[in-house]
Amino acid sequence: MTALLKVENLVTEFGGSSAKPGLRAVNDVSFSVERGKVLGLVGESGSGKSVTGFSIMRLLEKPGRIAGGRVIFDGADIANCSEEEMRRLRGKRIAMVFQDPTMTLNPVLTIGTQMVEAVRAHENVTKDVARQRSRDALARVGIPSPEERLSAYPHQFSGGMRQRVAIAIALLHKPDLIIADEPTTALDVTIQSQIISEFQKLTEESNTAVIWITHDLAIVSRLADDIAVMYAGRLVETGPVTKVLTDPHHPYTAGLIASVPSQNRRGEPLRQIRGMTPAINRLPQGCSFRTRCDRVTDGCLVMPPLLLEEDRSFRCIHPVLKETA
Amino acid sequence: MVTSIIRRLIQALFVIVAMTIIVFIGVSVIGNPVDILINPDANQAERARVIAHYGLDQPLWKQYLLFLQGLLQGDFGNSFVYGRPALGLIMERLPATLELAITALGIAIVFGLPLGLYAGLYPNRVSSKLIMSGSILGFSLPTFWVGLMLIMVFSVELGWLPTNGRGPTAELLGAQWSFLTGEGLRHLLLPAFNLALFKTSLIMRLTRAGVQEVLPQDYVKFARAKGLRERRVIAVHVLKNLMIPVVTIIGLEFGSLIAFSVVTESIFAWPGMGKLIIDSINLLDRPVIVAYLMMMVLLFVVLNFIIDICYTILDPRIRLDAKA
Ligand SMILES: Nc1ncnc2c1ncn2[C@@H]1O[C@H](COP(=O)(O)OP(=O)(O)O)[C@@H](O)[C@H]1O
Ligand code: SF4
Ligand SMILES: [Mg+2]
Repeated sequence: MTALLKVENLVTEFGGSSAKPGLRAVNDVSFSVERGKVLGLVGESGSGKSVTGFSIMRLLEKPGRIAGGRVIFDGADIANCSEEEMRRLRGKRIAMVFQDPTMTLNPVLTIGTQMVEAVRAHENVTKDVARQRSRDALARVGIPSPEERLSAYPHQFSGGMRQRVAIAIALLHKPDLIIADEPTTALDVTIQSQIISEFQKLTEESNTAVIWITHDLAIVSRLADDIAVMYAGRLVETGPVTKVLTDPHHPYTAGLIASVPSQNRRGEPLRQIRGMTPAINRLPQGCSFRTRCDRVTDGCLVMPPLLLEEDRSFRCIHPVLKETA
Repeated sequence: MVTSIIRRLIQALFVIVAMTIIVFIGVSVIGNPVDILINPDANQAERARVIAHYGLDQPLWKQYLLFLQGLLQGDFGNSFVYGRPALGLIMERLPATLELAITALGIAIVFGLPLGLYAGLYPNRVSSKLIMSGSILGFSLPTFWVGLMLIMVFSVELGWLPTNGRGPTAELLGAQWSFLTGEGLRHLLLPAFNLALFKTSLIMRLTRAGVQEVLPQDYVKFARAKGLRERRVIAVHVLKNLMIPVVTIIGLEFGSLIAFSVVTESIFAWPGMGKLIIDSINLLDRPVIVAYLMMMVLLFVVLNFIIDICYTILDPRIRLDAKA
C-alpha cells in the first residue's frame, strides 16, 4: 500500500537563497504516513516540528521557504504545485489544528462566519446549507446548543471549547490528513484527555491520517502508531511507537523517555538530559546531539547517517541497545 | 449598552462644563478687549458706558455666570468687531471648513488606506519603499510650504486650478457649498490636497503598521489553512482587525482637520472658520473666540462619542463586555 503522505528529504530554511543557505530549521527530514494512521512527531521546543507541519501546508512565514526535498501527497508533489492547487488542498484534504486555541480564531468574526466561509471555500453551497453543516460539525465535537454558538464570538468560549471549534473546522470536509500541532498543550489536563479521545474517535471514523506534533511522549504512546523524533531540525529516530518507546536506539530518545515522570521510581530524582538544545545557527560539528550525549566519541565528529533496521531508523553510531539476556 | 451610553453622556457633560471654565478664564487673562473696543479719544464717561454695556465692569465670576446663562440659550454674545451674534458668524463659516475637512479626509482615506495596505502586504517591493519614503515627506514638509508650492505649480505655472477663494457655491440644507458647482470643486481641490497630505501619510503608516501586526497572527494563518482565497483573507480577516485602530485615528484626526485647518485656509484665502478665528484672535474679539473654542470642544466630544460607538460595532469583545 502506498503511503498517503511521503515527505522526502525535506529542507526548510529561513532567509538565504538558492545561492547561499539560510537558517536550516528542517534538515533532510523524511517520513511517511498511511491512511488512517497516526504519526507522533516529537522533539523539544525549537526542534523544527511546527516548521515541518507548516512546510507540508506551505504556510511558512516569510522568509521561510522549502529549500529542498519533496512532499508527495496522494501521489503528487505538493511542495512544487501552484498556489491555487495548494489552496484547494488546504482545509479540504489536508487540515491543520494549531497549538494556541485562543489565537486560532479571528476575534472579530463570529464562529458561524468562520465556519461558513470554511465550508464555502471548497464547496459551492448556499450560506444556509453551509450553516447547517457547521452546526452539525459543532455538535459532533461536543459543543452544546450549537445553533446559538454559531452567533457567538471566540472570546465567549473557553480555551477547550475554542479548540473543539478549531477541530470541528478541521474536520468539516473530512480531510485525508490532519496536522495537529500540539493541540492540547495549552489546555488543562482533564480537558486535554477528553479532547484527545474525541479527536481519536472522529479521525478513526473518517479514516483520517494524523500527524500529531507534541513534546509529550505519554500522548504519543496513547495515540500514535508511529513516531518520528526530531532534534535540531533533523530526524534522529523513527519507527513504530511500541518498538521505539520500549526499546529506543538513539540516546536522545532514550533520554526523553527517561525524563517522563511515570518512568521514574518514587524518590528518585527525575533524569533530565543534561545541557540545553543548541541554537540552530550554532550547531556543533558532526552529530548535533554530541554536546549533550553520554556516549560521545571522536567518531561522532562526523554527522552519522540515518541507519535502517527493519521498520525503524536512527541516527547514531553508538546506539542504545536493550541488553538481551 | 444603554447605561454605558448614559455614563458617557454624563462624562461628556462634565468635560464641557470644565472646558467652559478653562476657556472663559483663558480668554479673560489674555489682553484687555477694552483697548480695542473703545476709541482712544473717547472720554471717561463714554469709556465707562461701553465697559458697562459689555458687562466688563462685573467681577469675573459674575461675568462667567452671565456667559453660562447665555450659553444655555445658544447666545455667545455679539462679536465686538462685527456687532452680530458670534455663534451666527461661526455657523456661517462652518460649511466652508466642513467641506474642506471632509474632502481632505476623503482624500486621505482613499489614498492612505490602499497604499498602506499595499506597503504592509508587500514590504520588500521597491514600490512599497517608495510609498513609505513618500509618507515621510508628507509628515515632515510644512503645510504652508506645500500649500505655496501647490499654488506655484498648479495655479501659477500650469494655470490648471484657481489660487484662492471658494468659487461659486450652491445651496443645500440651508448652507452654501462649493463642491456642488464644477468651478467651486476646482477651487476646493488644491486646499483639500494641501490639508490631506499630512493625514494621508498618517493613515498610510498606521495601516501599514496594522497590517504587519495582524499578518503574522495565528488566526490569519488558520484562515489560510482553511483554504480561503487570499482575497478573502485580506479583505475580511486582516482588514476587519485593522479597522479598529484606523477608525479611531480617522475620527480623532477629523476633529484636528477642522480645528487646525487655519494654515491652509489662510494660504488659500478659504473663507472658513480657521481664517475667522485667526482674525478674531488678532482683534481680541472675545465672544467669537469663546464661541469657536466651545464649538471645538463640542466637536471633539461628539467625535469621541461616535468613535466609541464605532469601536463597539467593530470589536465584539468590547460590545459584549459592556452588555455584561
Ligand atoms: N518565522 C521564523 N523566522 C525565523 N526562524 C524561525 C521562524 N519560525 C521558526 N524558526 C526557526 O525554526 C526553528 C524551529 O521552530 P519550530 O518548528 O517552531 O519548533 P518546534 O519544534 O518547537 O515547533 C526555531 O528554533 C527557529 O530557529
Ligand atoms: S552519534 Fe555519538 S554523539 Fe550522536 S547520539 Fe550517537 S553517540 Fe551520541
Ligand atoms: Mg511548535
